[in-house]
Amino acid sequence: MATIVQALRRPTSYTGWWSWVTTVDHKRIGILYGATAIIFLLLGGLEALIMRIQLARPDQTVVSPEVFNQLFTMHGTTMIFLAIMPLNAALFNFLVPLMIGAGDVAFPRLNAFSYWAFLGGGIILNLSWLLGGAPNAGWFGYANLTGTAFNPGHGIDWWVLGLQVLGIASLASAFNFIVTIINMRAPGMTLMRMPVFAWMTLVTSFIMIFAFPVITVALVELMFDRFLGTNFFVPSAGGDPLLWQHLFWIFGHPEVYILVLPPMGIISEVLPTFSRKPLFGYPVVVFSGIAIGFMGFGVWSHHMFTVGLGPVANSVFAITTMAIAIPTGVKIFNWIATMWGGSLNTKTALLFAVGFIFTFMMGGISGVMHSMASSDYQQQDTYFVVAHIHYVLFGGSLLALFAGAYYWFPKITGRLLHEGLGRLHFWLTIVALNVTFFPMHFLGLDGMPRRIYTYDPSMGWDLWNMVATIGAFMLAVSVLVFVFNLVTSLRRGERAGNDPWDGRTLEWTVPSPPPAHNFDTIPVVRSRDAFWEEKHRRAIAPVAGGSGRMDPGEEGGYRPGHDPRHSTIHMPSPSYLPVVVALGIVLAAYGLVYHLALAAVGGAIAVAGLYGWYMEPASEPEDTGQ
Amino acid sequence: MDRERSPIRGAVKPRERAHPTPLTYVKVGTTLAVVTVVEVGVFYLHAMRPVIIPVFIVLSAVKFVLVAMFYMHLKFDSRLFSGLFVGGLMLATAIILALLALFAVFTG
Amino acid sequence: MQQTWVGGHQVPHPETATGLDHRKVLMWVFLGSECMFFGSLIATYLVYAGRSVVGPFPKEILDIPVTSVSTFVLLTSSLMMVLALAAISRGDVRGFRVWLLATALMGATFLGFQVFEFNHFVHQGLTPRTNLFGTTFFTLTGFHGAHVTVGVVWLLSLVGLSFRKGHVTQENSLKVELAGLYWHFVDIVWIVIFTLVYLIGVTTG
Ligand SMILES: [Cu+2]
Repeated sequence: MATIVQALRRPTSYTGWWSWVTTVDHKRIGILYGATAIIFLLLGGLEALIMRIQLARPDQTVVSPEVFNQLFTMHGTTMIFLAIMPLNAALFNFLVPLMIGAGDVAFPRLNAFSYWAFLGGGIILNLSWLLGGAPNAGWFGYANLTGTAFNPGHGIDWWVLGLQVLGIASLASAFNFIVTIINMRAPGMTLMRMPVFAWMTLVTSFIMIFAFPVITVALVELMFDRFLGTNFFVPSAGGDPLLWQHLFWIFGHPEVYILVLPPMGIISEVLPTFSRKPLFGYPVVVFSGIAIGFMGFGVWSHHMFTVGLGPVANSVFAITTMAIAIPTGVKIFNWIATMWGGSLNTKTALLFAVGFIFTFMMGGISGVMHSMASSDYQQQDTYFVVAHIHYVLFGGSLLALFAGAYYWFPKITGRLLHEGLGRLHFWLTIVALNVTFFPMHFLGLDGMPRRIYTYDPSMGWDLWNMVATIGAFMLAVSVLVFVFNLVTSLRRGERAGNDPWDGRTLEWTVPSPPPAHNFDTIPVVRSRDAFWEEKHRRAIAPVAGGSGRMDPGEEGGYRPGHDPRHSTIHMPSPSYLPVVVALGIVLAAYGLVYHLALAAVGGAIAVAGLYGWYMEPASEPEDTGQ
Repeated sequence: MDRERSPIRGAVKPRERAHPTPLTYVKVGTTLAVVTVVEVGVFYLHAMRPVIIPVFIVLSAVKFVLVAMFYMHLKFDSRLFSGLFVGGLMLATAIILALLALFAVFTG
Repeated sequence: MQQTWVGGHQVPHPETATGLDHRKVLMWVFLGSECMFFGSLIATYLVYAGRSVVGPFPKEILDIPVTSVSTFVLLTSSLMMVLALAAISRGDVRGFRVWLLATALMGATFLGFQVFEFNHFVHQGLTPRTNLFGTTFFTLTGFHGAHVTVGVVWLLSLVGLSFRKGHVTQENSLKVELAGLYWHFVDIVWIVIFTLVYLIGVTTG
C-alpha cells in the first residue's frame, strides 16, 4: 500500500481544480475553509428557517416532532462546528502568516489535512439526513438521551463520529498555529508587537488543544457505550449521566471562547484602522484575552446550576462566571476608547464592528444574568437562553466575521466588496437580528421552553413567535445580500490595490491577492502597527525617545529584509497525502457504523498516507536535478 | 519568557544546555527502579496503611518528575517546553480534582 | 520552512523566531494536549471508582506483583530510550540500533503483559460491559496500551530507517529525540495509572 502511494508521482501543478486538492498554501486553504463554511452557514440557516416556520404560529405541523429535534440539533452543531469555527479558521489561515511576516505555516501539509478532515467531518454530519436520520439530542447531546436504549438509530452515531473527525481537524490546526506563531514571527516581530488578531489566534489555539481532548474523551465514552455496550452513562449499572454534562461543558464553555476570541481579534484590527488611531491599551486587550482563555476553564458548571450540585458548587461557579465578565468588559471599554477621538472612516467594516460591540454586549449582559444561580433557575432551558446564545454568537461572532469579511475581502481577492450593498447588508442584519432574537427574551421570561416543536395558543406566545419568524426571514434576506455581494464583487468589484484602508499590519504591505510566497523578502519589524508607523512616521508626534510603542533609539515601522538567507524562496510543494489521510479517517468512521472491514480499509489508507507523508520531503528539491 | 522578546529572529540562543551523560541516565534509572520497589514494599506493609495514599502519591510524583526532568530533558531544555507541558499538566490536575470534589469523592 | 532532504542529506533548518525546531515545539504542544486527554480518562476512572453495582471489583482481580513487573519493564525501557538517543547523538549508529531495539522489545513485553492481563480478566468474568470498573479500567488502560503500540511501531520504524542512508544520523538525532519524548510521556502516564488504579485502587477498594 505504502509503496503504491510512494510510487505515484508528486503533484506539481499550481492551477486547475486538482491543484486545490493538493494545495498546501495557507492562503488557498483559508479560502477553502471560508467557502465551505459559508455553504454550511447557509445550510444551518435553512434549518433555522424551517424551525421558525414551524413555530410561527401555535399548533403547526410543518415538520414532525422528530424532524424538529433533528433540525435544532443540526442547526446548533452546524453553526458552531461547521460555520463559525471554520470561518475563524479561514481567517487564521489566510491572515496569520501574513500578519507575523511568515512565508507559510509551520506545517503546511498538516494544515491541508486539517481542512480535509474538517470537510470530512462536515460531510459525515450532514449526510446523516440521508442515512436514516440526523442526530436529534441537541448540540450538547446530553446523556442518557444519546444511549442506544433511547436513541437506537444511527443519528447519534453520525454525530459522535462527525464531531470526532472535526476534533482531529481542530486539534491539528491548533497545533499548527501555536508552532507557527511561536516560531515563525519575522525578525523583530516580538509577541507584544503582534497584531491582536494573531494573539487571539494563539490564545484560541491553546484553548483548543486543552479543551478538545476533553470532548474527545466524552465522545469516546459515548461511542463505547453505543458500539461496545459499556456502562459510562448507563444509570442501571451505576453510570452517571451528569459525568457527560461535566465533560461536555468543560469543553463547551471554552468552546464559546474559541468562537468569540477570534472575532474579538477581528474587532481589535478593524477599529484602529477605521478610527485611524492605535488600539487603545494594546497590552490590556491582549492580557484580557489571555485571562478570558484561562478563566474559561473554570466556569463550566454554570450550565448545570439546576442539576443539583449544591449551594457550594453553585456559588463557586457563579462567582467565577461573574469574574470572567471583567476582562470581557475591559475589552469593550478599550474598543470604545479606540474610537473615541479618532477620525472615523465609516465603511461597512466599521459599521459591523460597532454593531458587534452593542449586540455582543447585550449577549454579555444576559450572560451575567445567567451567572446568578438563583436567577438562572428561572431561565434554564427557556428561550431566554436561546436569545442569549444568539446575541453572543450571531450578534457577536458573526457580526465580527462580517466586519472581517468586508475588511479583508480585498486582500484575499484583490477586489473591494460593494460598499452600498454592504451598508444594506449591515442595516438589514442589525435590524433583523434584533427583531428575531430580542423577542426570545420575552418568550423565555414568559416560560416558553427551548426545543419544543409547538405550543398551545392559550400560552400567549403567538405574537413574539411570529415576530421572531419575520425577523428570521429578514435575516435570510440579509445573508443573501451578502452572498450576492461576495459573488458579484469577486468578478466586478473595484480593484483594491495593496492597501485600500490605510492598514496597519503587514498583510497590507503585499499585493492583493498576495503572491504564493507572501513576501519577496521577509520583513524586519521595528514596532507595533509597523506598516502604519512606516507610512505615517512623519505625520505623527515626535518619534525619538518615543511613545513606548517603539524601542528607544529605534525608528518605528518596518523595512523589507535583505537577509541573504531568505533571498531564494523555497516553497513547500503540493501534496495529495493530506487528503489521502483525511479520506482514510472518514472511511474508517463510516466503517465503524456499517462494516468493520471498511473501517480496516480506511485505517490502512490513513496509515499508508501517514507513512508516505513521513517519508515525503516537505518541499521537493528543485535545483539538484533529482 | 524573556527569550521570546528577542528582537531579531534567531539572535538569542535558546536555553539549551548539554544533555546529561549516559551515567546520569543510569543513575536516574536506578532511582526509578528503587522507588518502584519501595512502592510495592509499602503496598505490603500493613503499618503504612493509614498514610498509604499520600505516600504513593509522593513516590509516584518523584518518578514522574525524574523522568520529565532528565529523560525528557525539561531540566536542560528551553523553558517554553516546560511551560507547555506543565500548563497542560496543571490544568488536567485541577480539572480532575474539581470533578472529584463535585462528585463528592472526598466528602463521601 | 521545514526540513528538506537533498541527496538524502538534511539541509539545515532555517532559523526560527525562538531558535527551537518546529517539530520539537509541536511535540511539546501535543504532549500538553495529551495531558488533558489522559486527565479526562483518569477523572472518569476516579469519579466512578467504587461505584460498580456488581463485581468483580478491583481488589479481587488486580494483580499487583505481575503489574509491578510490567511497570518495571516499561520504566527500564525509558532508560534504554535515552541511551539510544545518547548513542545517536555521538554518532554511534550501531549502539543506537541496539538500545532502540531494546526499548521497542521492552515496550512489546509490556504490551504482552497487558494482553495477558486483559485475557485473564475476561476469563475471570470482567469485560468492558460487566460493570463500571470494567468499563473505565479497560478504556483507560486500553488507551494507554494503544499509545504504547504506536510508540513501538514508531521506534521499530526508526530502527528500520537507520539502515537507509542519511535518514537517522547524528545530525538529525532530533527524530530520535521526538520519538523519545513521546515514549517517556507514555511511561509517565503509566506511572500515574499504576499508582492510582493499581496501588491505591487495590488498597482502597
Ligand atoms: Cu458557559
